[in-house]
Amino acid sequence: MSDQVFALPDVGEGLTEAEIVRWRVAPGDTIAVNDPIVDIETAKAVVELPSPFAGIVAALLVDEGQIVEVGAPILSVSDQGESQSARTPVLIGYGVMEDRVHVEGHGDSSHSTRATPAISSPPAAAQPTDGRNAQRVLAKPPVRALARELGVDITRIAPTGPYGDVTREDIHRAATNPASELREWSLTPGVNDHSRNSDEPGERVAVRGVQRSMAAAMVASASSAVAVSVWKDVDVSGTIAAVARLREQTGLRVTALTIAALAVVQAVRRTPIVNATWHDTAEGAEIERHAGVQLGIAVAGPRGLVVPKIADADRLDVNGMAVALAHLTTKAREDRITPADSLGATITITNIGVFDVDGGTPVLPPGQAAILATGRIIDRPWAIEGGLAVRPVMQLSLTFDHRIVDGQQGATFLSDVASFLAAPGVPLA
Amino acid sequence: MTQGSHMRDSLGGFLPGDEPIRLLAPDGTATDHPLVPQPVDPIDDADLLRAMYRDMVLARRVDTEATALQRTGELGLWSSCLGQEAAQIGSAHAMRATDFAFPTYRESAVAWARGVDPVGLLGLYRGTTHGGWDPVEHGFGLFTIVLGSQVLHAVGYAMGIQRDGSDDAVIAYYGDGAGSEGDVHEAMVFATVEAAPVVFFCQNNGWAISEPIERQTRVPFAQRAAGYGMPAVRIDGNDVLASLAVTRWALERVRTGSGPVFIEAITYRMGAHTTSDDPTRYRPAGELEHWAGLDPIDRMERYLRSTGAADDAWFAELEAQADALGERIRAHVRGAQDPDPIEMFDHVYAEPHADVQRDRTRWESMISGGAA
Repeated sequence: MSDQVFALPDVGEGLTEAEIVRWRVAPGDTIAVNDPIVDIETAKAVVELPSPFAGIVAALLVDEGQIVEVGAPILSVSDQGESQSARTPVLIGYGVMEDRVHVEGHGDSSHSTRATPAISSPPAAAQPTDGRNAQRVLAKPPVRALARELGVDITRIAPTGPYGDVTREDIHRAATNPASELREWSLTPGVNDHSRNSDEPGERVAVRGVQRSMAAAMVASASSAVAVSVWKDVDVSGTIAAVARLREQTGLRVTALTIAALAVVQAVRRTPIVNATWHDTAEGAEIERHAGVQLGIAVAGPRGLVVPKIADADRLDVNGMAVALAHLTTKAREDRITPADSLGATITITNIGVFDVDGGTPVLPPGQAAILATGRIIDRPWAIEGGLAVRPVMQLSLTFDHRIVDGQQGATFLSDVASFLAAPGVPLA
Repeated sequence: MTQGSHMRDSLGGFLPGDEPIRLLAPDGTATDHPLVPQPVDPIDDADLLRAMYRDMVLARRVDTEATALQRTGELGLWSSCLGQEAAQIGSAHAMRATDFAFPTYRESAVAWARGVDPVGLLGLYRGTTHGGWDPVEHGFGLFTIVLGSQVLHAVGYAMGIQRDGSDDAVIAYYGDGAGSEGDVHEAMVFATVEAAPVVFFCQNNGWAISEPIERQTRVPFAQRAAGYGMPAVRIDGNDVLASLAVTRWALERVRTGSGPVFIEAITYRMGAHTTSDDPTRYRPAGELEHWAGLDPIDRMERYLRSTGAADDAWFAELEAQADALGERIRAHVRGAQDPDPIEMFDHVYAEPHADVQRDRTRWESMISGGAA
C-alpha cells in the first residue's frame, strides 16, 4: 500500500499560489474519488477541491491559513481503489512557470517524461552557436525562414515590429545593407556605430553616496508612511506680478519659489498638523508637532538630489526668504551642502517645474508629514467668470502621510498654498 | 403525435413578449399550451422520454467530472453547462442526423447528444487537441471560444446547403452575452435576407460572465428577431419537452424555405462562467437557490415516475451507467497521451498543399534535432 500525493493544482489559468482555507478531511478519513477535500482561496476565487484518489487520508501536508505554491504537495492518501501511482497531474502550473518550458525531442512519448507539458523549444543545436543565443528573438516563422534564405543572422537585427519582433522588412533591409542590423535612432543619416556588440553586458555601478542616501530615504518613506497625493492648478499671474514688483523694490533674487516658500509657511499656520513627525515608540505611536517650520528645499546638485533646509522659515519675511533661498541654491550648485544643512527639515518643497513638468507624486522625506511639488508655469486656457482667458498656470502636487494628516487637512493646506500663490500678500480667508 | 399545421401557423405569429412556452412544470406535471401540443406521448413513446432524461443525466455527469478534473489539475479550464441540459438536449433531439449544429464552448450536452465522445471533448480543455471530434461525422461543429463567430459560420453553412438543394437544417447555438456581438447581428441580416435554413437558438442563462441580462438588453432577446424579420419564440429553457417541441417546429419551418427562426430558451447557468470565475462575487443571494428549484432534470424525473415511463430499477441502472461513464472519463483524461506535434500539419487544408508539406518537413527536421 503506497501513499498517493495530491499536489496543489492551478485552478485558474496561470495562478501561482493559493491559501488553504479549510480542510474538509482529517487523517484517517476514508474518501472516495471526487469527495471534497479542501477549500482554497486563490487570487480569483475560493474553490473546493475534490479528491482525485480513493483511500484513507494519511496526512494533511499543510495547515489551514498557509499559502502554498502551485505544485506543492498538500495531501497524502493511502492507496485504495482507483490508483494513480505517483503521478503528477500534468497541468499543474501550466500557464506560468518559465522552467516548465523544456526541450523535448520529437518522438519521445514515454510516459515518464510527460509529467510536464510538451511545449517544445528548438533543441540546443538549432540555436546560434557563437555565444549570442542568450537573447530570444521574436519573429514569425516565415520571417525566420526568409532570414535563413537570405543568409541574415536574425539575432543581430534591430526589431521594428509592433511587438518588438523582427519583421520581413527588417530582414530585407539587413540583407541589402548589413550596417542597418544595429539599432539606429538618429532621424538624420549619419555614421552608424559598430563599436558595440549586441551581447555586451550593461554596466553595473555600485550605489553610493547621495544616490544611496536618496534610495535609503525613499525606501524608508515608502515602507512606513501612508502616502496620499492631491493636486491643484492655480493661476499664478498674481505671483508673477508680485515677483516683478518685489525684485524692483528689493533688488533681491525673488522667484516664484520664494513666494511658494512663503505660501507654505502661511498655510502651515492654519494647518499645523502637516508640519509634524510620526514616532513609533515602545509605548506606542506618537505624533510630534513641530514648533517652527524647518523648510526643506529639494535641490538638484552635481551629485544628485539634496534636500537642505531653511532653518526657522516661519520667522522669515519675504526678504529673508529670498536671501535664504538664493544662499541655499548657490551652495547646492557649488556642491557645498553639508549633512547638517539637510538634517531636521520638517516639511519640504520640491520645485519640479525646473524639469519642465507639471506635477507628480513626490515621495515623503522620512520623518516629514508633507511634501509640496511646484510644477512649471505655463500659459493655459483658464475659465474666468464664464469666459475663457489665457493665464500662467502652475500645478501644485502635495503628498502627505495619511497616518498624520487626514484628507480634509491635506486639501485645506494645499488650497491655502494655492490661494497664496494666486494672490500673494492677501491674508488667507 | 407531434406538431400539426395548427402549431406551424400559429407559432409563427407568437408574440415574443409573451410568457415563455412551458410544457413541463417544475413539479413534473405536463402542462398544455394553446399553441404547442405535447411532443411526446408518455405511453406510446416513452423511449424518447427516457432517452432524453438519460442524456441529460449523463451530460451532467460529464460536466461534474470535468469540473472535478479541472480542480485536480487535469484540465486547464472547463466551461460548465450545469442547469442548461434541458435546453440543449431537447433541441439536439429535435435534429436529424444530417442536420448540423454550431456550438459555443458550453454546448457539451448537445455534443453528448450528437454522439461526441466526452473524452475527445475534454482533450480540448487539456490541451491535447485543437478540436476533439470530426464535425462532419457528428453534424456538430467544433467548440468556438470567440463569442458569436459560430453564428456566422452557421449561417454560411446554411446558405451553402440551401444552394446544394438539401433539406437539412442548421442550429446556431449562442448565449445572451454573445448576442451583444456584431457577428450575431451580421449573421441574422444574412440569414433573414437569404431565408437560410437556420434556427438561432439563444440560451439566455442570465449572465454574460458577470454581466446580468439587464446589462445586455432592454427588451426580451426574442423581440430583436422582429427587427430582422423572423419569427421568435420564447421557451422555458429548463423544460426539455418545450425545447424539443419548439425546436422541431422551428427546424421544419426553416427546411421549407420560410427563413430562419429565433428561439430564446430562458435558463440558468448554475455553475461558474468557467472554472476561472467566482460567481459568488456577483450573483445576488438566493438566485441560485431559486433556479435549483426549477432544475431541468428533477422535473423530468418526476414526470417519468408519475407517468410510469420509468421505475426505480431503471433509475438505478442509469446511475450505474453514469458512474461507469465518470470512471471512464477520469481514466482516459488522466491517461491521455500528448499528441505528436506533427499532427498540427494534418488539419491546415483539406487537400495536400506544397507549402504546408515544406513546413512540415522543416518542422520534422527541427524537432528531431536537425538544422533550423
